[in-house]
Amino acid sequence: MPLKREPNLKDPDGLYAAILAAHADLSESESVALNARLVLLLANHIGEEEVVREALALARQSIDEPAPG
Amino acid sequence: MIDVRQISFPYRRSADQDRSQPAPHPVVIVGAGPVGLVAALDLARKGQRSIVIDKKANLADGSRSICWAKRSLEIMDRLGLGSTITDKGVTWQTGKVFFDTQRLFEFDLTPEPGHRRPAFVNLQQYYFEHFCIEAARQSGLIELRWQEAVEGLEPTRDGLLLSIATPQGHYRLLAEWLIAADGARSTIRRQLGLAFEGRVFDDQFLICDIKLPMARPAERWFWFDPPFNRGRSALLHKQADDVWRLDFQVGARADREQELRPENVAHRVRAMLGEGIEFGLEWISLYRFQSRRLQRFRHGRVLFAGDAAHQMSPFGARGGNSGIQDADNLIWKLDLVLRGLAPDSLLDSYDGERIAAAEENLLNSTRSTDFIAPKSAVSRAFRDGVLALAQTEPAARRLVNSGRLSVASCYDGSPLNGANGDFAGDCPAVRPGAAALDAPVAGDAWLHDGIGDGFVGVWFCREPRLPAGLAAAQSLLARQPIPVKTLLVSDPLACKRYGAERQGAYYLFRPDQHVVARWRGFDWAAVAAAVERASGRN
Repeated sequence: MPLKREPNLKDPDGLYAAILAAHADLSESESVALNARLVLLLANHIGEEEVVREALALARQSIDEPAPG
Repeated sequence: MIDVRQISFPYRRSADQDRSQPAPHPVVIVGAGPVGLVAALDLARKGQRSIVIDKKANLADGSRSICWAKRSLEIMDRLGLGSTITDKGVTWQTGKVFFDTQRLFEFDLTPEPGHRRPAFVNLQQYYFEHFCIEAARQSGLIELRWQEAVEGLEPTRDGLLLSIATPQGHYRLLAEWLIAADGARSTIRRQLGLAFEGRVFDDQFLICDIKLPMARPAERWFWFDPPFNRGRSALLHKQADDVWRLDFQVGARADREQELRPENVAHRVRAMLGEGIEFGLEWISLYRFQSRRLQRFRHGRVLFAGDAAHQMSPFGARGGNSGIQDADNLIWKLDLVLRGLAPDSLLDSYDGERIAAAEENLLNSTRSTDFIAPKSAVSRAFRDGVLALAQTEPAARRLVNSGRLSVASCYDGSPLNGANGDFAGDCPAVRPGAAALDAPVAGDAWLHDGIGDGFVGVWFCREPRLPAGLAAAQSLLARQPIPVKTLLVSDPLACKRYGAERQGAYYLFRPDQHVVARWRGFDWAAVAAAVERASGRN
């Protein structure tokens, strides 16, 4: 199954807020630590390594080659 | 037993030194470490003479390589030393990983019974070498020349002209083949001007071996961030004679001279094992991880093996063990070439197969290194994240990497491999290219006892009878230029491991016990073609 690129969340705004809230009182390095742990937990949950690799490549691409605009 | 480290090897002037012309020899091995000695013993087993040259006058100082993996023990069984090594060494299969003061998890490396050898036997390198040297002397085919060094080599039309330095001047030898097993600082490699490229890691590690009777289990214990070595790692291993291997990460900026001072080492040891203990310091060494290899292991008539060919971080015990497998892979090929039964291009498959194995070992040991000693803030964040989660989450435990321990390499994609019959994905552990899996067989013996040294075809079948075609071909197979010995195995566990529970299966094994090919039935022409292919004759 390829990486889902269409909306897939029931409450996107709520989840976005929850992610920010989790970082709220953290220092920058604590935030890096939180993100790392989140990636590891989600990657294991997804299980399909191809999906995780695809997401990694997409995320990386958006940093290396930001979309024009 | 005497202290083998006290044995010295005198220089003995050989008759070659007084000849007017360089004496010809089929094989010269440079380096009497584990790899060179195993190569010599394997050659002798096949009736081939060799000369082993080493500049040292004693066994390896310090215990150095200590963890001998199951596959190495099986190779040593073939050479007649498996039991000697296992009996003297310390058998272990359990590892425990700690984070701070908490035990994160433990692993058992042999979950399955029915193998002669355990996952690992720990034994100081000097004992391993000592046993090999004793066996070499008894073979009558190996000449050990101590305190001699190869100072130059030049190719001639049919060999290599070696200049050798001795305590009594120089002499020359003509070697048909040279095996360079002269370690990480290989002089042969330097003489040929070969690049040894890769990475050297910043972090330093302090090894110390101490002698101390302790009632601890023989297990591999690994600590991340323990109270006695904050922010760093440590490792504990048991060896023979109540000797323990301690390995402390000491950081990139540690001062070499300070770290090696016995009183500073003693301080570290007591912080780890208890303030009150009294112990003997056997060996201290400070090192950095290296991760490098030669571009090619074969250079004409020079064949590199072991650390001379590839150097890697010790976490995973892949250095010594992969060197033993290099020799195991090389020698049967060299034997066929020496006997004129195979073209020398067969040796290119040594290059191909063992480079692939070295890549696998380097990849694994580099990954372990990156986990044990993170190089950047973000890699540390992931590493610390894994360790923190591993305290409660089984999912994270699988990511903890304190060393992925050495297993036999499978030569997938080797040009020597033949058919996979109609096995498709069945029994992948014994697919073409894989090392044979051991199993108990009738008569209190092991499958590995019957295979190896030459080509062996095994008919696995619960019904203890050879199929008609094989029964008829058996003696013809044994009389081929490259003979194939036929074996019948009907023991249940062996049949299960080789996918022959319901119907028979024919496996062809190489002299190094790796699978050449397998079929559901026996077909003379297919087997003959597979032998030709595996010996590089087509």
